[in-house]
Amino acid sequence: MKAGTLDWSTFRHQYLTRDRVLGVVYLTFAVLIWWLFFPNIEPGASAKFGLNIVTAVKPPPLPDLVVPARPAVLFLGFIAAFLGGWQLARGFREPQAVLGVILIIFLVAFLLWATAGKSFNLVGMLASTLLRAAPITFGALSGVWCERTAVINIGIEGMMLSAAFTGVVVASATQNLYWGLVAAVLTGGLLGLVLAVLAVTFRVDQIIAGTAINIFAVGLTSFLSQSWLAVRQDLNAAGNFKPIPIPVLAQIPILGPIFFNVNIIIYIMMLLVVLSHIVLFHTRWGLRMRAVGEHPRAADTLGINVYLTRYISVTIGGMIAGLGGAYFTLGSVGRFDEVMTAGKGFIGLAAMIFGKWTPIGGFIASVIFGFADALQVKMAILRIPIPSEFLLMAPYIVTIVVLSGVVGRALPPAADGQPYVKE
Amino acid sequence: MAPVLELRNITKRFPGVVANDGVHLTLEEGEIHALLGENGAGKTTLMNILYGLYHADEGEILVRGQQVDIRSPSDAIALGIGMVHQHFMLVPVMTVTENIILGAEPTRIGPFLDRRNAAKRIRELSRTYGLDVDPDAYVKDLPVGIQQRVEILKLLYRQANILILDEPTAVLTPQEVDEFFEVIRTLVARGNSVIFISHKLKEVMTIADRITVLRRGKVVGTTTPAETTEAELAAMMVGRTVSLTVEKKPAEPGDVVLTVENLHVLDERGEPAVRGVSFDVRAGEILGIAGVQGNGQTELVEAITGLRAPVGGRIRIKEVDVTWSSPRHIFELGTAHIPEDRQRDGLVLSYPVRDNLVLNTYYHPPFAVGFRVQGEVIDRHAVRLVQEFDIRTPSIYTPVSHLSGGNQQKVIVAREFSRPIDLLVASQPTRGLDVGSIEYIHHRLIEKRDQGCAVLLVSSELDEILALSDRIAVMYEGQIMAILPAEEATREQLGLLMAGVRPETVQEEGGRT
Repeated sequence: MKAGTLDWSTFRHQYLTRDRVLGVVYLTFAVLIWWLFFPNIEPGASAKFGLNIVTAVKPPPLPDLVVPARPAVLFLGFIAAFLGGWQLARGFREPQAVLGVILIIFLVAFLLWATAGKSFNLVGMLASTLLRAAPITFGALSGVWCERTAVINIGIEGMMLSAAFTGVVVASATQNLYWGLVAAVLTGGLLGLVLAVLAVTFRVDQIIAGTAINIFAVGLTSFLSQSWLAVRQDLNAAGNFKPIPIPVLAQIPILGPIFFNVNIIIYIMMLLVVLSHIVLFHTRWGLRMRAVGEHPRAADTLGINVYLTRYISVTIGGMIAGLGGAYFTLGSVGRFDEVMTAGKGFIGLAAMIFGKWTPIGGFIASVIFGFADALQVKMAILRIPIPSEFLLMAPYIVTIVVLSGVVGRALPPAADGQPYVKE
Repeated sequence: MAPVLELRNITKRFPGVVANDGVHLTLEEGEIHALLGENGAGKTTLMNILYGLYHADEGEILVRGQQVDIRSPSDAIALGIGMVHQHFMLVPVMTVTENIILGAEPTRIGPFLDRRNAAKRIRELSRTYGLDVDPDAYVKDLPVGIQQRVEILKLLYRQANILILDEPTAVLTPQEVDEFFEVIRTLVARGNSVIFISHKLKEVMTIADRITVLRRGKVVGTTTPAETTEAELAAMMVGRTVSLTVEKKPAEPGDVVLTVENLHVLDERGEPAVRGVSFDVRAGEILGIAGVQGNGQTELVEAITGLRAPVGGRIRIKEVDVTWSSPRHIFELGTAHIPEDRQRDGLVLSYPVRDNLVLNTYYHPPFAVGFRVQGEVIDRHAVRLVQEFDIRTPSIYTPVSHLSGGNQQKVIVAREFSRPIDLLVASQPTRGLDVGSIEYIHHRLIEKRDQGCAVLLVSSELDEILALSDRIAVMYEGQIMAILPAEEATREQLGLLMAGVRPETVQEEGGRT
């Protein structure tokens, strides 16, 4: 009964699959850094990273960050190689986290290569990251609110699209962006309620119910946009929310322009991330929500109304998706275009899973997706020798990699997707 | 003084069955009242009515002399009624505190949870009632015995004083049962009243002040342990005299059929569940694996039957290495499996009886010739087995989901026994069955043994292990504590082993008594 007498097949099953393979993967990244980037950088070229962006409120300007590209890439390769060697020889306790570090190292090396001999506005890209993360974050939060009570909301995309539409129409008609925002939230809430009726009361398969909402939203908004907005252009010209600088905070270098000089929808998003976390983990309501999502019968036996809890959460989830929809029109371009949500609702669901069904995790995941998106745009500007089609794929490739479970798997709420039947 | 609780003439009908038929029950203050009956006798239904999960079709409920209408669990909780369900109603990923306060959360400044205060109250309650538990532990990390304490604390936290305990001892070792009885006595001494639901005669005789026996939804009678005997209670429960023992000849062990060597298996979460288990089973003997459920038995059986890949060790069936083999390869070697969860792993519930009877032979002649399935042959086969194994079904075309648990189990037994087998792996083969079906299944297992089949019996019912096994292995935390010849094993000794007390110590204690 000694644990030491494990034979080869055991060894293969237990060890080769993870730790060793990861070590080899780390080393591969080191080799890639040396092979792909190092020889392709002009000797002596330096990468210039801008740390200021042009806005109405100007924090004190910072000097550009100038890095000698070749030595830096060489050094990053060494770090990756060292981590790989250490993993093979000793092993890390959290090899997945080290994988994250390796990916960041690879990314930095990539940026150095792309920027070598040129200049690149780093803070500008980070600010753009937050904006691009916004709809995804709303999607992820909507998903968290719904799935924590065990209702899968695959209809976030459709809720966003519908809300984007009603938001712009109401804002244009009333000439008031805030009424547009309210309309968007109500639209999302209404569709959330529809999902709740279908999924909770009628126990329709939740994937089908959500898909129905998506198809409905795409069809209806496209139809109305072609047949109606095309004629009434005045109803599709709402304008958009302008950035509101917060006094003092907006003056902080780097952080100020990124976080404290944005429009109201982005502020609402940041607030919602924190608020959702507090509600979910520190209030009575959140405890009950989570119980309903994990073990509805247990909640029921303690006198908690499972159906009502799900109705309320899913409706709130819909309203949050509605805010995400408003971002597309009122928070950014100010007009509605067909199918303008472009899968952001689905990426939001991916971010929710990656973020382990927590608001803060979902936000961080959304930022990663937003970063991939922002990077893609900036790289196209830098004219690097990678076809733009491949760059456009970046956010989706990140999504696939994340969902395939490479970065560690989390468990969904135990009752996720299962209708509750009272006996 | 009026009784704490009185149920009058409660009737509850489900489509096709009368689950409770004019049931009367009174609970006096400070009493432990046992509700005894077979599975399906209507005990749990009655208690669910009392707890507001069902609503009775007829009858009335009186609490402390007042007629009440209990429409939901919150009504029941408000009346001081609390229930520990047979399957624990705990959220594994939450802490003990969160589980206990759920639905009755203390808050401060508005809706914010006051966890610290809650934990303090829980500690006080634990001390008062001797229910030691860490309020900050996660429920998923606690052994079932402790989880049960959490369930009881949940009731006490809500100041319930009528406590319904539904089959509370099913998951406990004999020693834990004794401790648990102490807890119940403390509860009663402090003015609570307890309804104790069970189908175990010994326990009921030990703990109860009064015993009410239910059979097919009706009260058969109410008695006290002093006035009755186990045999009498059994007869009341089943409606005829039953033999409480199984008759069998001594075993005649032959060649080794199954060998397990230093087996390591991980569970769902990737944690070690079986940690270096070795044993063998010979033809013509029953090796019983005793142990509280959740000590690796499930994973062990899954590894042997090819449903879960082991991470270490060897499994051989008739000298063939099957460590990494597919389930089909393993049963083609002559292995039969009666799975623990018959509805999930043993049957396709929506399929008719006839199809379930050929689930693992349908592709062989005579059931299939080339690509064609021979419907008539399968029908005839089904008719024969239904008769031979006494499967009570309206027809061979009835979906097995419509059959009772006992008959579903007979379908599995019929399927597995109707082909030539050398090894039988039976996991919890009588769980949830009525006494009649249990007798039948036991009889069939012994019969297989006598035909020279090697039988591995896994059961958490110690009585079953003692009644059937020729040798007994006790599993605790993924290891085998000891393997004993059945005739030398005693309940006490097995109980200690099941609780993880090492064999050396057991022998010492055995020597002293």
